[in-house]
Amino acid sequence: MFQIIRHEEFSPITFLWEVLAPDLARAARPGQFVMVRIREGGERIPLTIADYDTELGTITLVIQAVGRSSREMQELKEGDYILDLLGPLGIPSDIKKKEGRVVLVGGGLGVAPIFPQLREYKMKGNHTISIMGFRSRDLIFWSDRFMQYSDEFHIATDDGSFGTKGFVTTVLDDVLQRNPDVSEVVAIGPVVMMKACADVTKKYDVKTIVSLNTIMVDGIGMCGSCRVTIGGEVKFACVDGPDFDAQKVDWDELMARQRRFVDEEKHAMECFGKDCHARKKFEEGG
Amino acid sequence: MAFEPRVKCPEQDPKERVKNFDDVVLGYTVELAREEAARCLQCKNPQCVLGCPVSIDIPGFIAGIREGDLEQAYTILTESNPIPAVCGRVCPQEIQCESKCILGIKHQPIAIGKLERFVGDWAVKNNICVREEPYKLRPPKRVAIIGSGPAGLACAGDLALAGVDVTVFEALHTFGGVLKYGIPSFRLPKDIIDSELEKIRKLGVKFTANHAIGRIFTIPQMLEEMDFDAVFIGTGAGLPRFLNLKGEGLNGVQSANEFLTRVNLMNPPGVKDCFTPIGCGKKVAVIGAGNVAMDCVRTALRLGVEEAMIVYRRSREQAPARLEELHHAEEEGVKFHFLSNPIEILGKDGRVTGLRLQRMELGEPDSSGRRRPIPIEGSEFVLECDTVIIAVGTKSNPIIGQTTPGLELNEWGYIEVDENQMTTVPGVFAGGDIVTGSATVILAMGAGKKAARGILRYLGIEKEPPNECDDDMDA
Repeated sequence: MFQIIRHEEFSPITFLWEVLAPDLARAARPGQFVMVRIREGGERIPLTIADYDTELGTITLVIQAVGRSSREMQELKEGDYILDLLGPLGIPSDIKKKEGRVVLVGGGLGVAPIFPQLREYKMKGNHTISIMGFRSRDLIFWSDRFMQYSDEFHIATDDGSFGTKGFVTTVLDDVLQRNPDVSEVVAIGPVVMMKACADVTKKYDVKTIVSLNTIMVDGIGMCGSCRVTIGGEVKFACVDGPDFDAQKVDWDELMARQRRFVDEEKHAMECFGKDCHARKKFEEGG
Repeated sequence: MAFEPRVKCPEQDPKERVKNFDDVVLGYTVELAREEAARCLQCKNPQCVLGCPVSIDIPGFIAGIREGDLEQAYTILTESNPIPAVCGRVCPQEIQCESKCILGIKHQPIAIGKLERFVGDWAVKNNICVREEPYKLRPPKRVAIIGSGPAGLACAGDLALAGVDVTVFEALHTFGGVLKYGIPSFRLPKDIIDSELEKIRKLGVKFTANHAIGRIFTIPQMLEEMDFDAVFIGTGAGLPRFLNLKGEGLNGVQSANEFLTRVNLMNPPGVKDCFTPIGCGKKVAVIGAGNVAMDCVRTALRLGVEEAMIVYRRSREQAPARLEELHHAEEEGVKFHFLSNPIEILGKDGRVTGLRLQRMELGEPDSSGRRRPIPIEGSEFVLECDTVIIAVGTKSNPIIGQTTPGLELNEWGYIEVDENQMTTVPGVFAGGDIVTGSATVILAMGAGKKAARGILRYLGIEKEPPNECDDDMDA
């Protein structure tokens, strides 16, 4: 059992957990993820680590309540326990001092997990440019933390309520045009956003790394649910990734595979909305 | 001397059992077991023992059944095998012990597997354990076991019996490895596994879940900072193989590992409110004809599909599955497409709609000794299905290799070991599928036991431990 020592709501659907897990916090590196299962019978959910604190012995996860399991997770508050937490998993991001500037693009779900990478790039002495994308102003979080480690900091909002109006790609295109010495772009977020970033960086021929949070079950290189096609070869996000070269990813296949269980998910959500037996049991169990 | 035929072991009716996940084989009653045990010739020079990868004293435990002393039978069994209720179910006895039985030459061999299962189940039901009081060496010796599957359990059990302080680290949230996530409950019920695990726990073995070794701790850390005197790697089979077929990326295509994990690990029988999707359609084609393929196709049947099919490029005679599994699948209504080679997975709107197959005929024997399947020109046909499960084996798991400097792997990524199961890193041993590639439960257990002997030698503990038995397990 792992205790949630902090629960912070960023928006009606976005929340943060700080979870006590000293061994995991000590071993975690930027780019790695964990598998979470909150209760008996629950799904195993992969989540990229948004921060870790070796002194407090905690890891931070930022979660969007978009499906059945993440909605259940949102109901767990400070002091509650989660049943299973496995990690850190995946190969840590390869972060070095680069010749040129480094651009970090985080959108929606991807804003939090790109933070440890930004910090690590900065600690290694890089010139860092961050681009954060949100739907609107009231969804913005962690801008202070990002500014602290960014030489240049941009926010884009879909509705223009803050920063540049439009998507992160608008800003990315502009940044790459102004900075011919960018040597690496890291993009984390929804699959469509990462693909759009890859399309932009291709024009400028800049090395681009994406973190693929695919559908997983075990997360330790056994089941193959997370498979992606990279440069024509089958790779497994859980043990070969989660970081991959954006230009080699078969984005169309990935986008289709991410929608594999939409019908099942819809059914589970309907059940959830009706306050069915599953939810009752969950509440009783605390 | 009259030779009686083998005593038939009761099974669930095929029509009924496809509707449930309960044990297909019901097992011998005491009377049937004694009747079958009475057929044993009690050979002075028993060949069956030579056929057993863990050298169980087979005539010895069968004598226990004959004499009605089941406790004695159980004690003899567990001297060589800590989980007889498991092995009695999943071992391929027909190519091991039973294939060597003298009675088998002219008649039917003794049903050794079914008798082993009978004794194992009796011990589970009556809560019989090998030893009540864990015995510990002084000064203590500590060994970490990575993986709680058959290899790890066998190694842990033997080390604990020798007084070693053993901790098993498991990455998943539950213990048993492939016994839990791989083998369906209609072949190996989950409560049987848990009972057997409990017996190993009572030997003093500690179990820790949610620990992916190589990531949360590395092996060098365990040896240098965490005071482990030795480490055993039993991480098992790895990632699934695919066929590089066109259409393999379509939705509706899964590996056998994924399908079985979604059902067995994430939707276990008896657990309420499981929401992990399984992704099983109405017409399921399983590619492959090994035991795992049979597990998949029979699982699909129990999920209520309209059609459950096996697609295999060779013939029935060459299928690697146990005959019992093939037979059970046939009884349950699985459709078999033998001599049919998949050449493309067809789809529409990103989802599977069928399989393009080519008929094959058998030619000359290939390197495996089996007659090579040869495509028949112009024989392509389409098999309609909405789910394709690929059960053609696995590759190695890379995590331990990625994070253990000096650990030598072979060209396929499996761990190199010496005659004591020790790897190229001193004090680090390995066994099971991560050394040999996919094999059986009992071969992995054999390797785990051999590694335990190697570890005891490495730690300088050669002496046989005391081996008293206590049947009072209420304490």
